[in-house]
Amino acid sequence: MIEKSPILNFVTHAILLAAAFAMCFPIYVSLITATMPFERVAEVPKPLWPSDQLLVNMAAAWKKGAFSTLFMNSIISTLIITVGKIVIAMITAFALVYFRFRFRALAFWMIFITLMLPLEVRIVPTYEIVSNVLLPIQRILEWTGLAWLIQTLSGVRVVLKLSLINTYLGLTLPLIATATGTFLFRQFFLTIPDELAEASKMDGSGALRFFWDILLPLSRTNIAALAVIMFVFGWNQYLWPLLVTTGPEYRTLTIGLTAMQPGSDATADWNVILAGALLVMMPPVLVVVLAQRWFVKGLVNTDK
Amino acid sequence: MAEIEFSNITKSFGTTQVLHSLNLSIERGAFAVILGPSGCGKSTLLRLLAGLEKVSSGEISIAGRRVEELQPRERDVAMVFQNYALYPHMTVAQNLGYSLRVAGVKRPEIEKRVAEVARTLQLDEYLKRKPGQLSGGQRQRVAMGRAIIREPKVFLFDEPLSNLDAKLRTQMRLEIKRLHRKQGVTSLFVTHDQIEAMTLADILIVMNKGRIEQVGRPADIYEKPASAFVASFLGSPPMNLIPATVDTDNRGIVFGDGMKISLGYALPVAPGTEIVAGIRPEHVEIGNGHIVPVEFAEELGNGRQVHLRIGDMAVSALLSANDKQVIGDALAIKLPSEHLHFFAKDGRVIDVQPTAHTVSKPETAERTVSVPALV
Repeated sequence: MIEKSPILNFVTHAILLAAAFAMCFPIYVSLITATMPFERVAEVPKPLWPSDQLLVNMAAAWKKGAFSTLFMNSIISTLIITVGKIVIAMITAFALVYFRFRFRALAFWMIFITLMLPLEVRIVPTYEIVSNVLLPIQRILEWTGLAWLIQTLSGVRVVLKLSLINTYLGLTLPLIATATGTFLFRQFFLTIPDELAEASKMDGSGALRFFWDILLPLSRTNIAALAVIMFVFGWNQYLWPLLVTTGPEYRTLTIGLTAMQPGSDATADWNVILAGALLVMMPPVLVVVLAQRWFVKGLVNTDK
Repeated sequence: MAEIEFSNITKSFGTTQVLHSLNLSIERGAFAVILGPSGCGKSTLLRLLAGLEKVSSGEISIAGRRVEELQPRERDVAMVFQNYALYPHMTVAQNLGYSLRVAGVKRPEIEKRVAEVARTLQLDEYLKRKPGQLSGGQRQRVAMGRAIIREPKVFLFDEPLSNLDAKLRTQMRLEIKRLHRKQGVTSLFVTHDQIEAMTLADILIVMNKGRIEQVGRPADIYEKPASAFVASFLGSPPMNLIPATVDTDNRGIVFGDGMKISLGYALPVAPGTEIVAGIRPEHVEIGNGHIVPVEFAEELGNGRQVHLRIGDMAVSALLSANDKQVIGDALAIKLPSEHLHFFAKDGRVIDVQPTAHTVSKPETAERTVSVPALV
């Protein structure tokens, strides 16, 4: 649009500002509330200038929500999701783009279809598998009659059971198994000229060497982008951690935060709760801010 | 001794056959150029030799060793790609040394050889730069350096000059020739540019539609094309090819507009046969003889190119710079019989005794042309 009209400019800017205000004001209010002493939380009209109790409230929230364990759990599971996702996505995309194997198209479409099946859609079967990873094998044994055979022959009843409930693996594996990253890397690899692969073949490097020496360094910015997306995605998970953990020792921050909400008859110490919310928000915000600087660096140093 | 030997090579992609039972052998130290229009299979032939494609059938050997089942790295060949294919994230020095690093050569040795190659190609100043910071010519040199550093038995060039502008192309052509003189490594160079092919080649291979049309020294091929295709592909402007009928006594030919040329010898075909007569524009004589209409003349600086018509066929003639004749609407021309080439309707050359055109039938006979090694 190269239209030059002051009225249109004014209107568009007004809309943008209104939207920005609508986005930012609640965050601002929670920030202010988090700095208040308990006595001033219920004040009317709501105070819009910060007070000096932020660190005190944060410390209180940390203690009240038992954040030490939860923070650790959140960081560990988010890192597993991020790293696991990038590793699996890159290797899968590498196989799909650079190797010609039987049923390649079929493999690609099966992966692609999972894009349309987010965790929430397949949450019941996923839970069933996670609660007993060996269930499919058990079922196969039963259907084929092998379980019966073993039982009649040896008198032993075959019951295979390996549960991932309350483990980091159970917390992360189902979230890693989606196609977004694979698709991203596949599209990127397709833009890399074939000659690069051929040149490295002529230079004597095998497939893995090519992956390590050429593809990986060229994918840096894509890896950074995916890492940011996956970190935020993993950190903000709520439904799945709630389902797959039963006690506080594997719970994550998002669940801990909801647990801080007051019951119907208790007084709400909103200053502490919102200070806790700020703590929970901090890591993803930091990652986005830091990675943004990294993006810019990657953009300036483009090698093309 | 033949350094590169293709025997009965065929190659199909799916149901399309791109190479038809092809035989070729190239002497050690020769600079061989494969010339042909796009889609003639010349690049495929190169890629088969490099190991980037698998042969459908047939044998390839390099220095007496069968290679068609070997991996590219085991074949002792290096390749320069059309778009250079430099690794964009590595510096020039890393690009040059990559093959050695993969081969597990020690770091001081790599540095020594990189420095050596960089000196040969005048890349010393750019070793720390990345490909993105280099000009086209410099990238081209890095691509060549990457091939040279491995000291292979054979160099392969896949249209390496086509991404450069005209001036740089001429310059790099000379550099490639100089390098070949110095190193004497057998080279196979693929191009669709006939000037590149003529100037670089010790031995020229003209391909068309997956078959070899002719093999020989560039000058020989220029003078005695084995087919109408070769005749029209080499030379700029290309050879005029004009349909004609063999006269009743088969010692002359008649063109569409009634122009007759007597040959002084008999053509080995029946009188009345329809043939194609070829003559290069520089051999068309102007001044006396048959009168033909002129379409227009183009100024070339070092001469003029005149576009004429014989019957309904466009014919061009080259005039040298000191030929000051004014070009009007019509011109008298003469086609000297000693410069005429004759081709049958299917494009094959018709052998004529007095001028001793060599028989060279495209489909048969293995073609080996010996070229002494240049050391």
